[in-house]
Amino acid sequence: METIKAMTGDEIAAETIRQINPDVMAAYPITPQTEIVQIFSEFVANGLVDTEMVRVESEHSAMSACVGAASAGARAMTATSANGLALMWEIVYIAASLRLPIVMPVVNRALSGPINIHCDHSDSMGARDSGWIQLYSENCQEIYDNLIQAVRIAEDKSVLLPVMVTFDGFIISHGTERVKILEDEQVRKFIGKYNPRYPLLDIDNPVTYGPLDLFDYYFEHKRQQVEAMKNALDVIKKIGGEYTQLSGRSYELIEEFGSPDADLVVIAAGSTAGTVKGAIEELKEEGINAKLLKIRAFRPFPQDEIKQSLRKVAVVAVMDRSASFGAVGGPIFLEVRSALLDEERRIPVVNYIYGLGGRNIGIEDIKKVFQDLIQIRKTGKVKNLVNYLGVRE
Amino acid sequence: MKKITEIRWHGRAGQGAKTAALLLAGAALKEGKYIQGFPEYGPEREGAPMKAFTRISKSPILIHCDIVNPEAVVVLDSTLLEVANVTQGLGDEGILLVNTKSSPEEIRERLKFNKGKVFTVDATSISLKTLGRNLPNMPMLGALIKANPLIKLETLLSSVREKFEKKFSSKIAESNISAIEKAYEEVKLE
Amino acid sequence: MKEKGWKDVPLGGLILEAGSAKEYLTGSWRTFRPVLDEKKCKHCLICWIYCPDSSIIVEDGKMKGFRYDYCKGCGICSTECPFKAIEMIEEAKYKAEKEGEK
Repeated sequence: METIKAMTGDEIAAETIRQINPDVMAAYPITPQTEIVQIFSEFVANGLVDTEMVRVESEHSAMSACVGAASAGARAMTATSANGLALMWEIVYIAASLRLPIVMPVVNRALSGPINIHCDHSDSMGARDSGWIQLYSENCQEIYDNLIQAVRIAEDKSVLLPVMVTFDGFIISHGTERVKILEDEQVRKFIGKYNPRYPLLDIDNPVTYGPLDLFDYYFEHKRQQVEAMKNALDVIKKIGGEYTQLSGRSYELIEEFGSPDADLVVIAAGSTAGTVKGAIEELKEEGINAKLLKIRAFRPFPQDEIKQSLRKVAVVAVMDRSASFGAVGGPIFLEVRSALLDEERRIPVVNYIYGLGGRNIGIEDIKKVFQDLIQIRKTGKVKNLVNYLGVRE
Repeated sequence: MKKITEIRWHGRAGQGAKTAALLLAGAALKEGKYIQGFPEYGPEREGAPMKAFTRISKSPILIHCDIVNPEAVVVLDSTLLEVANVTQGLGDEGILLVNTKSSPEEIRERLKFNKGKVFTVDATSISLKTLGRNLPNMPMLGALIKANPLIKLETLLSSVREKFEKKFSSKIAESNISAIEKAYEEVKLE
Repeated sequence: MKEKGWKDVPLGGLILEAGSAKEYLTGSWRTFRPVLDEKKCKHCLICWIYCPDSSIIVEDGKMKGFRYDYCKGCGICSTECPFKAIEMIEEAKYKAEKEGEK
């Protein structure tokens, strides 16, 4: 039996962690993640979970405690945003390198400076090469569903990588929406009992975590991480399928919305994917066929699915909620364009950097992008490869 | 186009506009609706002008953007009338509800607003009387659902009771409920 | 020794056996070898305290020599010995002398 509740993104994230009931939660509060930690602390204080809550003095310590706990054999979680993620940077890499299946909600917020607390993806996009799996959530329901699946994905024996489940700061974290919640027992049965491979607390079988690893073996360990990410593609799909059986909601590496035969495509991740859907519905009434390709998994990057989805389209716009200074375009754009490069037919791909520091993006903005695409389809010419949507000139 | 009812709240940080926007959404969910309630604000800065938004729909709400063409605008503090563009995007059928001692006609004149319907209620006096402090958000919710019956009064009251009893006490819940009921009675249409 | 490929090494650089450092004979790094003059040694064990590895063999509270498999020949024991009972001898010279004895 599912219950339906009105909850904010932070509330549902805390509620999901309660249902997951991790062994250890080590966290430090930062806007707009704060309420996750605050609400979860209440669950701990009220005895609703078995979790050992570690109140650390910084995010660097939060991730360090998670690394320690996960090495010991615990199911460990934390949560952060922007500058908090930046402060834990060093240990973020170590968590992935030691192959520890830590799950962490990341509430997307602009990484300073000047200081800003609102949404963009500069924080998690900066961590795209850290070795963490990244699942982007569109709305409160997806936070719930992604976090539950993340536990299984992270702990899968062919993966063993930490997972970030991201969602947009304030827009989703502080926005209340309708959410369907499974029973505690259903969630606990789905995630199962954690069987760590080499727990440090297994004193009969002592192991060493984190020894010096130089030019003689380091490269081999990095190659293993590459392989684990590759394996994660299938695992994310497999677990998405199992979760559909449980919840009725379908989860793939990407999601498509709109007319399947539409040849105008916008690619987006996070809450803006929903606004693109709204724009597509309005365009349909105006007689324009359009399609959304939503990136759910950015790491690993679902290259094959994206290629397959775009094979027949005329023109593609990629929406990036972060800038990659000095690069040709935003991070999603670069990956998509690179994925399409070896297609026989050249597909024009243009980039729209938008919404930095929480700048609002509305239906009209997205309709303008589709109008640009119509123009490119007509003329075959790309005027601006990279565009800045919503910035004042 | 799937019809979504959109409401924009104008207030000053600390007056409870966000709470009201989210509470209305939560109450509408109880009536089987799809909902969104979200604030637009910066870090805690009590007194700063801020906005909050509520969306209610019979079908799933996909969009995640600010509301630009609201069906109703609620102004929690009349000192905002000259500060924020409160009538922005209001259509011919739009509802403007203001917390003020003035009459709807006076507000219309003050804003040079000649569309839609204007409602007023003295939510500050009501909240001072019932709650002992200026927290106009709950009375404004009561006035709003009289001006625009988005949800049943009983649904709103049960949501308020549930939230306030859990967060504070049943005494505080009851005084908020009488504030809502009073504003529901007293709201004036021109 | 043939080094293993990425498919064969434990994930994440973990070492799955305890005490595997004893297989790593760092004594081969040595250029100078400590040699004990038993007549001068007073068994104060200052060498044992100072040894940055654990290459001083102690039995029943007595200094009994060096673990040459792990002694890197840093010479700290020789420097710190209050009785000048440890001499650092060039490894090559020591080996040549050994050869000569045969």
